[in-house]
Amino acid sequence: MEVTTKSMPYDAWKDNEYIENLVKELQESGTNVIVGSFDKLINWGRSNSIWPLTFATSCCGIEFVSLGAARFDMARFGWEVARSSPRQADFMMVAGTIVNRMVPVFRRLYDQLAEPKYVIACGSCAISGGPFNKSYHVAKGIEDIVPVDVFVPGCPPRPEAMIYGIMQLSRKIKVERFFGGVNRQQKQEDFLKSHPVQDVDQG
Amino acid sequence: MAEIQEKIAKLFPQATFEQGDVLRICIPDAQWHDLASALRHDPDLNYDYMITIAGMDWRTSLGCVYFLQSTTRGNDVISVKVETTDRENPMLHSVADLWAVATLYEREVYDFFGIIFINNPDMRRLFLNIDWVGYPLRKDYDQDPALNPITTESERQSDFTQTWVEGPDGKVEKKEVRIFQPEEFVVNIGPQHPSTHGVLRFRTAVDGEIIKKIDVYMGYIHRGVEKLCEDLTYQQTLHYMDRLDYFSAHNYHHGLCRLIERAAGIQITRRAEVIRVMMDELSRIASHCLFMGTFCMDLGATSMLFYTLRVREMILDIMEKTCGARMTFNYDCIGGVMQDLAPDFQKDVKALLAVIPANIKEYNKVFVGNVIAKERMVGVGYLSKEDAIDYAVTGPSGRASGWSCDIRKIRPYSIYPELDFEEVLMAEGDAMARFKVRLREIEESAKILAQLVDNIPEGEYCVKVPKMLKLPVGHWWEMVEGCRGVFGLYLESDGTAKPYRLKIAPPCLPLAGVVDHITEGMKIADLITIGGSLDYIIPDMDR
Ligand code: SF4
Repeated sequence: MEVTTKSMPYDAWKDNEYIENLVKELQESGTNVIVGSFDKLINWGRSNSIWPLTFATSCCGIEFVSLGAARFDMARFGWEVARSSPRQADFMMVAGTIVNRMVPVFRRLYDQLAEPKYVIACGSCAISGGPFNKSYHVAKGIEDIVPVDVFVPGCPPRPEAMIYGIMQLSRKIKVERFFGGVNRQQKQEDFLKSHPVQDVDQG
Repeated sequence: MAEIQEKIAKLFPQATFEQGDVLRICIPDAQWHDLASALRHDPDLNYDYMITIAGMDWRTSLGCVYFLQSTTRGNDVISVKVETTDRENPMLHSVADLWAVATLYEREVYDFFGIIFINNPDMRRLFLNIDWVGYPLRKDYDQDPALNPITTESERQSDFTQTWVEGPDGKVEKKEVRIFQPEEFVVNIGPQHPSTHGVLRFRTAVDGEIIKKIDVYMGYIHRGVEKLCEDLTYQQTLHYMDRLDYFSAHNYHHGLCRLIERAAGIQITRRAEVIRVMMDELSRIASHCLFMGTFCMDLGATSMLFYTLRVREMILDIMEKTCGARMTFNYDCIGGVMQDLAPDFQKDVKALLAVIPANIKEYNKVFVGNVIAKERMVGVGYLSKEDAIDYAVTGPSGRASGWSCDIRKIRPYSIYPELDFEEVLMAEGDAMARFKVRLREIEESAKILAQLVDNIPEGEYCVKVPKMLKLPVGHWWEMVEGCRGVFGLYLESDGTAKPYRLKIAPPCLPLAGVVDHITEGMKIADLITIGGSLDYIIPDMDR
């Protein structure tokens, strides 16, 4: 099955193998692979209107601003409705360095996003700490703090790369019933269980 | 300079002097406050602008180097070195009563070096949270992550600050002071807020809609750049300059390159100078364009962003062709610039210059003349010239208050003395003035570009520099004009290939420090206008 989005030719994706493997893996593990037409309709709608949270800590955030302006125009894809409140957003584009002091705030923002929620780690800082990896006050990647769906490398990634990243996300959403559905949710829950927030989860 | 030295020597016989690129006075802490008071208030001295305080760890002792500038006497700069006597319990006397901005600077030094400033009313950590273990910029700081683990637990909050007060008998006593009174209604704004331009946090005491007091919390993007630099070679330190104020990437690079070149005695070619200045001015236009877009967006005029980013994208294209990146260019290097100009450079710059006047006209038509914009900006967030100097508010924000603080004019560097441009000054000191200054600075920058675009001399774009660059033992000071104000750099070298200490004095830290002062008595909606019009960049202040 060819999974694509935004009329992007299937061959133009660089990592089809990855998504095919995921589908195969899940088929083998016996997850229900039949997407009903109702699911399809919902997924089509959801994948075309994923709304970001306005969240940017540093340099990468400026490229995200460019993405919103006329030249790169993410409104073409239905992503332009940047929400300032996490309650109204679908995904979080983590654009910029996350430092120690920001970690609790960042995690709280993530916890406040309404389900289903997604995270894109945008830029080398969010992926690994980037140029500040050796610093005393920088988180070495956000993967230990929240579950990440898509990584977009670059310092900063070009707006085109960001578009590609969000498209990947929308492609994942499209087949969510395939290998997500129960399964994806489960992974997320496992992650959150193994990474509890003390003052929240323990009253 | 000689008269000043004489005068100070007469007043303070204990002072010793060191002649470097700026005059340095060394004074024991016991006389420091008296000397500071003389420097600040003596009409013959009148050092009214405190540029920065560089905390230092000289291994045997801790201390500070203060950089002062006189705005009335030809803008000369001096520095004062004060050492602590006791490394275990380091204390110095505060000068927060003489320069308003010193309160903030001293907090920074306390945060990084643990030096306590006696009589500073607010001795809290500035960037790190209150439970942080150790003082990171000390040479013996323990970087073990186990001491300061990354945790998702919310940091501890306190309504108290501490202060060390000296009694009449000379005994120093620690006191707890309330920041907010128990009956005050405190609203938290940030760090995640669309109009704080990044991750800045205000705790705001309000009375209805009126702001009574703001307590600024920084450090949500403190990345420890100064410490990181101490472990890198000089060439490697450069790339962090892109990531402080990412709009002034070229200007900051220019500053650090100049500093290192001067220290190493490297002479760069005229071609490189011209290219650097052109890149600086292109950055300035791009930066002010983005400022206008986001500022108007804060006020609700979203579409303005699309108009201004149009010009910015043109500039980014020019830069991309030459530097290979849209941001974080890493273009200026020690000895010149990384690559030669792209073949289209002149053509592209001319195309840009051709459209700028029409764009400015359009911005004026769309926004500046607008009734709502006027209502929201005129008279909002007034900052007087005296306060601008006292709080060290430089750059366009300072010039909107009538303070002539453009380093390109008052302490000209590179090829700026030859160029014909004006320093844009306004007297109103409100948000509207800050907006208009930037608008007019775009025109001035365009003027500079027009003078240079056909006069780029031939020659090498980069001279040969040893791969392993070692600087002699010594210290140097450099200032350049970033897009948001004075960018200062202080370098101490111990003769190796790595800086012993590189102090970065960013323009945005004082900009955030002045927010409390100018928002007092304003409406809470004006906080957004004022914050936007000051145009601070959080990674720049946090470093
Ligand atoms: S990845 Fe690079 S551009 Fe992005 S926030 Fe980090 S340093 Fe800045």
